[in-house]
Amino acid sequence: MSIVTSKPYEIVERALELSRADGTVVIADEDSTANLRWAGNALTTNGVTRGRTLTVIATVNGAQGTASGVVSRSAVTDDELEPLVRAAEAAARDAGPAEDAQPLVSGVPASADFTDAPAETSSEVFAAFAPALGEAFAAARAGGRRLYGFAYHSVTSTYLGTSTGLRLRHDQPSGTLELNAKSEDLTRSAWAGAGTRDFKDVDPGELADGLAQRLAWAERRVELPAGRYETLLPPSAVADLLIYQQWSAAARDAHEGRTVFSKQGGGTRVGEKLSELPLTLRSDPAEPGLESAPFVIAHSSGDASSVFDNGLPVGAVDWMRDGVLQRLLTTRHSAGLTGLPVAPTGGNLLLDGGGKRSLEELVADTERGLLLTCLWYIREVDPATLLLTGLTRDGVFLVENGEVTGAVNNFRFNESPVDLLGRVTEVGRTERTLPREWSDWFTRAAFPAMRVPDFNMSSVSKGV
Amino acid sequence: MIHFGKAGDVSVDVSRGREGEASVPHEIDQSFLALPLRALADAALARARALGAEHADFRFERVRDASVRLRDGKPSGSSDSTDAGYAVRVVHGGAWGFASGVDLTMDAAARVAGQAVAMAKLSAKVIAAAGSDERVELAPEPVHADRVWVSAYDIDPFGVPDAEKTGLLAEWSGRLLAAKGVSHVDASVMTVHENKFYADTAGTTTTQQRVRVHPQLTAVAVDESSGEFDSMRTLAPPVGRGWEYLTGTGWDWDTELAEIPALLAEKMRAPSVEAGAYDLVVDPSNLWLTIHESIGHATELDRALGYEAAYAGTSFATFDQLGKLKYGSELMNVTGDRTAEHGLATIGYDDEGVAGQSWDLVKDGTLVGYQLDRRIAKLTGFERSNGCAYADSPSHVPVQRMANVSLAAAPDGPSTDELIGGVERGIYVVGDRSWSIDMQRYNFQFTGQRFFRIENGRLAGQLRDVAYQATTTDFWGSMEAVGGPQTYVLGGAFNCGKAQPGQVAAVSHGCPSALFRSVNILNTTQEAGR
Repeated sequence: MSIVTSKPYEIVERALELSRADGTVVIADEDSTANLRWAGNALTTNGVTRGRTLTVIATVNGAQGTASGVVSRSAVTDDELEPLVRAAEAAARDAGPAEDAQPLVSGVPASADFTDAPAETSSEVFAAFAPALGEAFAAARAGGRRLYGFAYHSVTSTYLGTSTGLRLRHDQPSGTLELNAKSEDLTRSAWAGAGTRDFKDVDPGELADGLAQRLAWAERRVELPAGRYETLLPPSAVADLLIYQQWSAAARDAHEGRTVFSKQGGGTRVGEKLSELPLTLRSDPAEPGLESAPFVIAHSSGDASSVFDNGLPVGAVDWMRDGVLQRLLTTRHSAGLTGLPVAPTGGNLLLDGGGKRSLEELVADTERGLLLTCLWYIREVDPATLLLTGLTRDGVFLVENGEVTGAVNNFRFNESPVDLLGRVTEVGRTERTLPREWSDWFTRAAFPAMRVPDFNMSSVSKGV
Repeated sequence: MIHFGKAGDVSVDVSRGREGEASVPHEIDQSFLALPLRALADAALARARALGAEHADFRFERVRDASVRLRDGKPSGSSDSTDAGYAVRVVHGGAWGFASGVDLTMDAAARVAGQAVAMAKLSAKVIAAAGSDERVELAPEPVHADRVWVSAYDIDPFGVPDAEKTGLLAEWSGRLLAAKGVSHVDASVMTVHENKFYADTAGTTTTQQRVRVHPQLTAVAVDESSGEFDSMRTLAPPVGRGWEYLTGTGWDWDTELAEIPALLAEKMRAPSVEAGAYDLVVDPSNLWLTIHESIGHATELDRALGYEAAYAGTSFATFDQLGKLKYGSELMNVTGDRTAEHGLATIGYDDEGVAGQSWDLVKDGTLVGYQLDRRIAKLTGFERSNGCAYADSPSHVPVQRMANVSLAAAPDGPSTDELIGGVERGIYVVGDRSWSIDMQRYNFQFTGQRFFRIENGRLAGQLRDVAYQATTTDFWGSMEAVGGPQTYVLGGAFNCGKAQPGQVAAVSHGCPSALFRSVNILNTTQEAGR
């Protein structure tokens, strides 16, 4: 075996040259990552990684239709390239007609930086952050608090070439910071998170100060029973609920009658009013600070993705506008099946309801209610209603007469985000947030806080 | 964080297998052995030593995983991915350092070792800035030189043509689609072939190969006029077997596929459950997941000590409770093992060079053990790790991951029918579906594939909209009877998540059917406010 030396675009070109299939898509992903993890005011694990994954998608025409074969390999060397291409062709010949088969995308202008070297990250991304984190540890230790958390940065440069002439590239930096503070006896816990592209805009000391205030709030403990409570959901919690809703919004499943977006009697609920508030749920690859790929990158086909759509331009789309459901997730194939417009999955998600008030202002305007920090272990209970269950975590606070008066026990909730859209009475201003539950998979989100008059806290959790 | 499992007749003896003993008929793939494994390891470990590392280990991994998906019998997506590369982990200056690479030259391997040492130095600076004196030390492990281990399987699924895989799933889908009331069928099979080479500065070198498969089919019924729909999935668990699992070894697919349409039709007509307290007979196809969440994760000592506090959470089973905590009824005996034949967490040696073992976690209802890696074992005074270190890829650091955690059957225990016969008003729970538990492993909620009403010791039709909710120690304390070996099934999942960066591990959980008294049942439609 030899060294991985070729430039990514050269590998893409060479794989396309080697191909004997009727159609070919080649995706080269150049990944680099750096991470720090800590517990109890001390670093625990850390690492830097660098890798390349090459995905070859071969399409083969036949009398019954067009088949596709997908094969991916990491760290492909020059002498492994041809076997990889042949493996994809063999997989296509073995697979039988693909039901999502479409002509490969063509006519998209090439990316100007297609032949440039990949972008990358390294431990240097933490050059200023790491010492600041050490200072935050020292401050926490002096204040009788323990800090836990994780900082992660990745850069993926994706090079996509097709036998129909596409030559596209996208660089995707992603960063997350999660900071959890606990009292020495571990009975009080607070959390804050942030999404970032480069760690230049996050300050662990500032986040830690905010957590110290929340731990101080929790010095007064109030036990409350299960029940329905007026609840202020912070942006992270709203994002987690609506991201899951978005993942459940495949048009084909709805059209087949098996999701919450299916219409009784057939068809989908597109066009139906889901909220009385003027809520708009949207994705936009050009959203400042939340930039994502402006074209489809599909390493495999699924319920809402198709390898045949690789390179298809992704634009801004309103999934819900002024409370009315506008779009469901479609590929070109499922758009044809359902009669809905083509709407590929977006790389970010934003909710805006025109609210101007901060979370603190919503608290100040609350007579009695619960203020949550975040949600955790969210799982689907019933797809018919999109009922989700999960836990409150790292701080449930009692608000009385506009002020936080103490910390409440945690709860297990059972709620449907679709139902919440119909019951929400107020949203705050939209801000960038880190969806705590789904941040391993989805980090680019901007959501408002939300006031729900009757959030269903199904049972009490003793967990802290 | 997880998926699946069946009632029935697949019995497994979890005591089988001895430390480090090589199993089975297959040999390590020649294409893996042809890689310059030892030369890369030597270069990396030598550089780490030269840079002053107290400990260094080198791990080369090649993991191939593939999936085939069909929707209503037609191919709807496939993938075939291979992740290959190596990692160097060091203890330097009392701190961890980790780095990974892919270039197969000695210079590159040495460079990666240098990066790992650099990361350890960065960590040491942060630790010093925080005023901490904590140092990483590892529990000792005997040297295992030149050991080879291969998991128990007959047919490598990657030797089976894709057309045969697609054809079998299409034929099974066709059987379900032909049945009255089945509107749609989703079918898939996931297959994994994993090779690992490990070497460390103490002299251990191991080469291993594991194979696992996970087939599943889901039938969906849709009543377009009412807008109602529901589904029923096969109960066949993922297993550490080869393609033979789909052709008659270890599971009776013909019988299960024949039963599903009628069960789904009955479920669509079933009445909604009345919320309240019920006695439950929980089938192994459901109970494995409750074990996973409420025992498996709760007895991870890194979690109990707080190392997962910001992410996966901690545990109510804190270290000071070892030997004292009343976890459940006296019928509760739970083991951790990395030795069960066909277990998904079964290995010869873990990713720190520790030989696979079997040990007690809960004995007669009391917490008596934890799952350990070498660092946590040393930190807490154990003489030796029980071999729970695992990394899911060459680019991830090994962390303490779950062993096969299993509930023992009662040697002369009752059959599932006999357990049901002892219930006046209750529910028989079969198959897993939805799951969630809190960050300290107290409060959980589970649903299932099907729920049967029990009236006066007999099954009296299915119920819908059922979820059971409990606190861990209350639930296991309410376990009044444990089924016999004839009810024991090894369930499990491919997709247990833990750590940051997130890692995924496959794990098995064996258990018998069991009877629990007075468990809180929710009506999920009412929970949704309908």
